[in-house]
Amino acid sequence: MKQRSAPSAGSASGGTTSFARTAAVLSLFVMGLGQWFNRQYVKGLLFFLVYIVGLLYTFVVLPRNIRGLITLGDKAAGFGKNAQGLTVLLPGDHSIFLMIYGLIALITFLIFLFVWFLNVRDAHRNGKLRDAGKPVPNFGQSIRGMQEKSFPYLLLTLPGLGVLFFTILPIVFMILIAFTNYSAPNHIPQKNLVDWVGFSTFSNLLVYSQWAYTFWNVLAWTIIWAIVATVTCYFGGIFVAMLIQQKGIRFKGMWRTIFIIPYAIPQFISLLIMKNLFNSQLGPINQYFRLLGLEGLPWLIHPFWAKVTIVAVNMWIGVPVSMVLVLGILTAIPKDLYEAAEVDGASAFQKFRNITMPYVLFATAPLLIMQFAGNINNFNVIYLLTKGDPKTGEYAFAGTTDLLVTWLYKLTLDNQIYNVASAVGILIFIFIASFSILNFRRTRSFKEEDILQ
Amino acid sequence: MNKSKNGVKLFFSYLLLILVAICVFYPTLWIIMSSFKVGNSLFSETLIPKQLTLEHYADLFKDQKDRDFRFVQWYWNTIKVATISMVLGTLVQLLTAYAISRYRFYGRKTLMTTILILGMFPGFMSMIATYIILMQLNLLGTHGALILVYTAGAALGMFVAKGYFDTLPKALEESARIDGAGHLKIFFSIFLPLSRPIMTYVALTTFAGAWVDFIFARLILSKARDQWTLAVGLVEMVDTYTSTEFTLFAAGSVLAAIPVTVLFMALQKLLVEGLTAGATKG
Repeated sequence: MKQRSAPSAGSASGGTTSFARTAAVLSLFVMGLGQWFNRQYVKGLLFFLVYIVGLLYTFVVLPRNIRGLITLGDKAAGFGKNAQGLTVLLPGDHSIFLMIYGLIALITFLIFLFVWFLNVRDAHRNGKLRDAGKPVPNFGQSIRGMQEKSFPYLLLTLPGLGVLFFTILPIVFMILIAFTNYSAPNHIPQKNLVDWVGFSTFSNLLVYSQWAYTFWNVLAWTIIWAIVATVTCYFGGIFVAMLIQQKGIRFKGMWRTIFIIPYAIPQFISLLIMKNLFNSQLGPINQYFRLLGLEGLPWLIHPFWAKVTIVAVNMWIGVPVSMVLVLGILTAIPKDLYEAAEVDGASAFQKFRNITMPYVLFATAPLLIMQFAGNINNFNVIYLLTKGDPKTGEYAFAGTTDLLVTWLYKLTLDNQIYNVASAVGILIFIFIASFSILNFRRTRSFKEEDILQ
Repeated sequence: MNKSKNGVKLFFSYLLLILVAICVFYPTLWIIMSSFKVGNSLFSETLIPKQLTLEHYADLFKDQKDRDFRFVQWYWNTIKVATISMVLGTLVQLLTAYAISRYRFYGRKTLMTTILILGMFPGFMSMIATYIILMQLNLLGTHGALILVYTAGAALGMFVAKGYFDTLPKALEESARIDGAGHLKIFFSIFLPLSRPIMTYVALTTFAGAWVDFIFARLILSKARDQWTLAVGLVEMVDTYTSTEFTLFAAGSVLAAIPVTVLFMALQKLLVEGLTAGATKG
């Protein structure tokens, strides 16, 4: 492309004409027009094409999809007469598809608006360049300039799109589901329509009947589990790490390698192994009990013992992680602190309480909170060990060891009670997100990252 | 002065260490021993079987007419999915971390908070929607769908890598830029070589993540038995067959666990560094 010389007319005539404003206004009405006015023909053409496609989309596709999103359909599938007068099954509106299409349409429309905004801004910027008497960049230069300035955005576009369609869209969708009656047996498309019901799913879950009873009990167990699991793994890890790190213990590397084994074995396999190990009829654990003349325990089939077993198995998996972390921190504690303490005649426990513990706690506090959050959502341990069982008739679709997440999973996959499941998901999220954000904002990574460099 | 007291302490420490080591080893040893055991039952008189056999391992590689257990096929599927997801996911994650760590751009903090919040949603909260989207794209029952889901979410795990990039001195790219290197050149020829530890960490965790996931794998592949991964197959086996085919399950578990376990042990030091780097830097 030929290098265009800047039109000096604008600046020569005293700067009274504002290219910037004209270009921006032109682009505001017709995308690309402002660029043409700025003599950036290729870019203008590109924007114009986006404009045409976008307008067609906005007037042809969008209204239909938005309407679908609002009504969620008005005709269920059912029997009726076809053109030949025969009774057949006629397809109806599929509320859930309508909802998804509506959402996708809305997101696409927002992206279109965003590009429009970029187009106006671009026209305005280049107009300003002309006002200042500078040349506007040609297409090749624009591309290169974009690489220079918007490089991080370019890098993030593809991951961003992935996250948009496979994380954000599904989440928004699930949030919407919580406000409908999408559930078996009476509101499953295509046989039936789904309707918006406002907050009634939430009030059911929190206040009324068996739903509320199940929810509060499962929540209670979830919290107890998360606290116990986090604390046992954390202190278990500290304990093992300190055992290894003691003065006089030999083969430190060997011990560390041994204790890291559970961390290395894929979780789903070790959990399936444990499930068999604790089988109360045939499993070896109870077999050993019987050798000692004892009955053995109903490990995974009794409500209380199942909980105990889960915590113990979780320690087997979780302690190595904490151990690794703590080992790293222990080596970083200055030795002279201990020497000084020894001179003062401090006991081993005093040293632990006043030197080791504060150090370890300080370094791992953010992680501890993240582990707690992780345990609230610890799907694998529960689902692979007990599937949430032993069952109880008192709960709605939940067993005694179900966490909120496994309950959610069961409601979704096994029972198709989608609205309650997504309401549960939203509550879990609010719970975890609120203190995780607090925690995150306080960590150095967020606050002082520039100071660190 | 208190040598004997110290000796007692050491003795008990060793005792405890050995005890913990036994607890750690036992399940692993038990499953390995079971896989060599004659017969097929879960019940065994002794930990170390009286007779050892490789029959179950051979059995895994035979065509199974009576039971629908296609171990070889599943193994190959898992390797395929995990490797491709690893390559794509690592690239996505490192580039995201690089962009967020090394550039200051408008909306950066908001983006970080968003990533953090999104990472906290339980993944299967979005299951239904993911399912429907994949159905619309006609991808259900394919490995492409699984890879797509793993890769699309990879960016959300970027915090550890970001923490690592944060520690690399700014002067690096400044001097490179003065020498006229472009953004991507700086990333590929300066950052990637320097970030080998974190790259290995990310690659390995992505690989292992795809290797062990069964929630999405089951959802997406549920009907296509040929396409199953090991996790889906083995979990199903525990549900339906273990009482009658326990030793076969044991052999399958051992073979399924070996690659990831070996990788972890070989790269132990790196992983530990990655874990601690992630811990102190968020």
